[in-house]
Amino acid sequence: MDNDRINQIIEKHQCEASSLIQVMLEIQSIYHWLPKEALELVSDKLKVPLTRIQHIATFYKAFSLVPKGRHGIHICMGTACHVRGAGRILDSVQDLTGIKPGETDLDMKFSLETVNCLGCCALGPVMEINGKTHGKMAPAKTADVLKNYD
Amino acid sequence: MSDIILTIDGKEVSAGEGSTILEAARSVGIKIPTLCNHEKLEPYGGCRICTVEAEGRGGTQLVAACLYPVEKNLVVRTRSVKVDRIRKMILELLLAHAPDSMEMQDLMKEYGADRNRFEKEASFCIHCGLCVRYCAEVKKANAVGFIDRGTRREISFIPEIASSECWNCKECFPLCPTSALQAAYVLTEALNSLTHPFRHGPEE
Ligand code: SF4
Ligand code: FES
Repeated sequence: MDNDRINQIIEKHQCEASSLIQVMLEIQSIYHWLPKEALELVSDKLKVPLTRIQHIATFYKAFSLVPKGRHGIHICMGTACHVRGAGRILDSVQDLTGIKPGETDLDMKFSLETVNCLGCCALGPVMEINGKTHGKMAPAKTADVLKNYD
Repeated sequence: MSDIILTIDGKEVSAGEGSTILEAARSVGIKIPTLCNHEKLEPYGGCRICTVEAEGRGGTQLVAACLYPVEKNLVVRTRSVKVDRIRKMILELLLAHAPDSMEMQDLMKEYGADRNRFEKEASFCIHCGLCVRYCAEVKKANAVGFIDRGTRREISFIPEIASSECWNCKECFPLCPTSALQAAYVLTEALNSLTHPFRHGPEE
């Protein structure tokens, strides 16, 4: 972890306690998780107790307190995707990556999550990787999509 | 400060502006049960066991007595079929998490709550927030806080802070209605005995 980088983010927000979530989001987007040392620094500079930061970090799904893989896979389990076979998409991704929702593989390549709606039901079943939407998925197509990431 | 006249259980009560129904009721000896309320802490409204019926301009509402400010001509009923039913339900839900909580045994009898009504899920903490708020508001130590949300919410100590702050304080221990707090403390201590040895005696 690079303290200067964290300090830069904090300074950009003028050490404002009201910018706490914004600061946390930026750290999350750089490291893909929130290292404890970073949060201690944030707590110190923004004058927000660590208990409060910990509560926020565990409250929102956008934050992670454990390291995440380089690529985040989100598989939509919402109603529309569900009836169009999201379960089978999830099965095939689990088979290919060897991880279950909430897990990260040992190479830190993929982290897998299920979500409840990505807001593009017409494209279902939907799989999103690093924010890019892959619509109209089929179990047989998942391998082709995943091999583009390393 | 002008006083406000309201009626609680048929009794005329005068209370200072900005005070709560709970405070007004207590001032004339009317008891309203509470679990998350503490005189030294800001009202929280977490447990809802203090629910009462309040009849005012907008009809009758169910409100949390520990939060609701007194209003002119408000008619409050601290016991009614509806209120009792709600308190019974709240108790039964909480008892599924902490069946032996001392604090709730008397209430359980009074409201005829059945602690076996719901399947037991002994997480012990009833989320009253007394420990968390006491540590933050009174001691300003912030050694313990909540984590996660909804049904998965629980309390969690920050080991670095707890290891140096808690030994001499422990003022939150008697506040916990279920002993979940003590358990969490001991667990934190055990898990961190190598990395952050906890203080076990007075300062040298
Ligand atoms: S640990 Fe005890 S005092 Fe703290 S929130 Fe839970 S029930 Fe309340
Ligand atoms: S005492 Fe009012 S909500 Fe807990």
